[in-house]
This record gives sequence, C-alpha cells and structure tokens, in this order.
Amino acid sequence: MSVLVYVENWEGSFKKASYEAVSYAAQLAQQKGEDCIAITTEASDDVSVLANYGATKVYHIKGETFKAFNNQIFASLINDVANEMNATTIVVSNTNNGKNMAPMIAIKSDAALITNVLDLPVSLSPLTIKRKVFSNKAFVHYSTQASKVVLAITPNSFGVNESKTEAQVEDKAMNAASSGLSSISIDKATGKIPLPEAELVISGGRGLKGPENWNMIEDLASAIGAGTACSKPVADMGWRPHSEHVGQTGLAINPELYIAIGISGAIQHLAGVSASKNIVVINSDAEAPFFKAADYGIVGDAFEVVPKLIAAIKKYKAAN
Amino acid sequence: MKILVCISHVPDTTSKITFRNENKEFEDGGVTFVINPYDEFCLTKAMMLKESNGATVTVLNVGPASTEPTLRKALAIGADDAVRIDAEAKDSFFVAKQIASHIDNTGYDMVFLGRESFDYNGGAVPGMVAELTNTSFVNACIGLELNGTEATLVREIDGGKETLQSSLPIIVAGQKGLVEEKDLRIPSMRGIMMARKKALNVVPAIDSENKMAVEFFELPVAKAACKMISPDNVEELVELLHKEAKVI
Repeated sequence: MSVLVYVENWEGSFKKASYEAVSYAAQLAQQKGEDCIAITTEASDDVSVLANYGATKVYHIKGETFKAFNNQIFASLINDVANEMNATTIVVSNTNNGKNMAPMIAIKSDAALITNVLDLPVSLSPLTIKRKVFSNKAFVHYSTQASKVVLAITPNSFGVNESKTEAQVEDKAMNAASSGLSSISIDKATGKIPLPEAELVISGGRGLKGPENWNMIEDLASAIGAGTACSKPVADMGWRPHSEHVGQTGLAINPELYIAIGISGAIQHLAGVSASKNIVVINSDAEAPFFKAADYGIVGDAFEVVPKLIAAIKKYKAAN
Repeated sequence: MKILVCISHVPDTTSKITFRNENKEFEDGGVTFVINPYDEFCLTKAMMLKESNGATVTVLNVGPASTEPTLRKALAIGADDAVRIDAEAKDSFFVAKQIASHIDNTGYDMVFLGRESFDYNGGAVPGMVAELTNTSFVNACIGLELNGTEATLVREIDGGKETLQSSLPIIVAGQKGLVEEKDLRIPSMRGIMMARKKALNVVPAIDSENKMAVEFFELPVAKAACKMISPDNVEELVELLHKEAKVI
C-alpha cells in the first residue's frame, strides 16, 4: 500500500501549496510505513524537486489533455493512478481545484473524504483527523473505518518540510477520461498574490470611507509583500472586487498575518479570518468586537496610523 | 425545465456553538436555524431562471421533521414543491447517496447545491452527487447563463475565474456571485400563505453506509488578551511582528 499525493502546479510551476501537500503525504506515509508516491501533470518545473520533500517515487504525467484542469478528467486520472499504485490514501491540496475534484475522487475510489485538513491524523487506527467546523467556531475529530481515504490539505496550515530522498522519477502516459465540460476562457488577476496562498494579508473595511483610499492598503501590502482583502460591505458597495471579500460568504483564509484596518469584526467576518495565526486590528472604535479576536491592536484613526506604519516598516526593512 | 435546489438546514451565523452528550452531538436547543446561505444564492438563481426560462423548482433536504420550517421558507420564497428525505444527515457520503438516488429517480435538468454548508463546511456533497449521477459538475460557481440546453458557467479558480460550457443536465455548487446579495429574496406574506398549500413530500431514505463518524467536538482555546499598542508608537508593532510573531 502507498500514499499517493497529487501535486498541483499553476501553469506548470509549483508553489508552496504543492510542497506542502508532498510534505504532508510523506510524513503520513512514514507514519504508516508506506511509500509516498507523488504525481503531477504537465509541469514545466523540474519534477525531481518533489523528492526534496520526501516523495519516494515521482511520476510526471504527460498528455495534451492534462495541460489544463478539468474536474472529471483529473478525478479519473488520480483514481486510475491510485488503483494502479495500490494507494489507499490520496492527498490533494484544499485549493479551488482540489476541493472541486476531491469529492469525485472519493466516490470513484469508494473512499472516505476529509477536506480542510490542517494536520496529520490524531490516530491511524481508526484514522482520526481533527478539523474545523461551524465556520472556525469549533473543531471536530472525525474517524473513519473506510479502507481508502481522500484528504484535502489546507494551504498554509501544515507547512513545508524538507527531507530529501533518492526518489525514482519517471514520465508516465495515462489515458484521459472524457468530460462534458469545456473551458472557454481563464481570467487571472495579474501581478497580485492570490489570497488563499498569501502568507500576509492586509484587509480594509468600511472605516476606509471610500475606494479612493485603497492606495493606503496597497502601499502597506507592498511594503511587506502581502495580499489585499476586504470586508463584505466593501465588496457589496463595489469599492473592491468580490474576489477580495474574506468572511463567511466570501473566502476563508488562514495567513500567518492578517492586518484588519477599519473593520469592526462582525461574527461573519471572523468566520473567514479567525484561523489567521496573527491578527492585528487597527480601528478608531476601542469597542470594536474585533479587538477580542486580535493579537495586537491599535485604537486610532487609520488615516493617521497606517501611513506611520508604512513609514516604520520601510525604515525597518531598510535597516535589516 | 426541472430544477432541483438542495437546501441545508444550518444554525444561524450568530449562534453560539455548544455540544452535548459528552461533546458528541451539536446542541441545537435554543439555536435558530436558517437556509444555508450558499443555498440561498442557489435558490434565488433558480427563481430567476424560472422567471426567465420557465421551470419548476423543487427544493430538497435530507433531514428529520424538524427541518421542515426551513423547507417551508424555501417554498415561501417561491419554490414549487419540496421533498424531505427522512433521515438524520449523518455524513456527506450518506447525504450525497440520498440526493443522487432522488435525482436518478426523478430526473432534473439542473441541480443546485450550496458550495458548502455553514455547519460542517466540508464542501463534499455537490461533487459526490455529480459523480454518483455521472453528471457534469461546476464547483464554486459565480455565474451562469442559459441558452436553450447549453449553459455557460463561471467558476472561481485560485486568483481568478474560468468560463466553462456544458450541455444540460448539470450540477452546480453555487455561492455569492451566482446572484448578488441584494438579489436575495425575502418571503412575502403572500408567499408564506401560499407555501402552506404547496406539496412537501416526505420520502424514506435509501440504505447507505456512512463513511465518517464524529468522535467528539471541541471548542477552541480562548485567545490571550490583545496586546494594545499606542497609535503614536507603531514602531512597537513592527518590533512585535518581527520578534514575537516572526512574520516580517
């Protein structure tokens, strides 16, 4: 038996989430005393790099059909490889594409599915995994007796672990399933850090008074290399695109640092951001509920505090 | 055209979450339940399609009798009839099997489900239903246009969006963007009155295993008090972020 990890790449390139998934699968395989088989599709990066994170075998799947993601085709592919390799544990990233295909893989392989996985199993027999429920308000310990399991690992949670192996690296051809879905076009925001993978996030709320003041958020973000986000009212008023809305009906994120500026911290907002490892709140209202969920707080006018903070960060960066 | 909208019955966002029976069960006493907000976007989209293209809209829930007020609310918003599959929704696999069996027996042109439910947040049921019924599936759908039996759909991808095309039938996991928040519908008094007369069919569950079991729930440890920093001393924050939080 083995642990199979599907390593996602973006236009051929690996990202931190890719290495995180391999790191997770490798450690799980080690706990189980099994091989860790990493597969990726049509990568342009050197796939042997996956051995640096503990994969014992690496298969590079080639084929025109595998150049762009399609949920039916990719779910079939991963299930086929898992069957061929006798893998009873399948690991994917809990990214948009991963969440999309994981339930399909689970049905194809008659496996239990656990999404939003943050850490290694609490126990292996029965397989028990702790994950968040009720929009970050609680945890559940799920167990399964199923003989196969699909795990979707939340990016920015487990971390990247280097452990070099002498992996066997092979190209592999696979047949592609057919799909009733065809892709017409892809639109990507260019030059921005996609929110789910941003390790640092600066977010603005209604307290910023209008879209014309967003340069302050962007300046602070570029000073530390962060992504930008916003609260729901800001997206609803059209100040910022919906793709930046973090909170209950928007994106849920778990960055290393979340700086909330002019956001009161309604429970719906906290549901999407409370998993952040460090939260800084800057708000003129000392009674804002967000301070209760924060690690660091400044009560003050954003229009005074943020420029000072940008200057202080620049000064600090210049000195270090 | 026949449209199915699957409705989860979930605690209102502001509910205090507590557990009972040695933390093995969610304490639903005193909790207000609502239509899962992601499902509301789906239901509104279905109503719009009904108005523009003509359709019957059925809403479905897998749950005990206590979820019926949530289905009645969906009927009051404008769904034509409701189905309740009479079973505790034990895990995503079990629920998906129930929904898939209903779809196979009835046949729909479009099936909408919320991208995830606000309680278990697994996001597993839509894709499982699609696979079980062998139907094209668009997850995290933020746009849908129908031209005869061809659908153009937009889904969220990491850092952008993708436009896709598919013939009906199709299974869509919807979220905000499918319709906007301002388009969401509140039941009218007339809608509430009419909903009382609409059919709510209770059907038995099919046999299915569960793949997952809840061992127990736990609440997060309370956060340490927030460290307050003077607005005149932002350098202290930079220092803390570097030395203590180690994030910059």
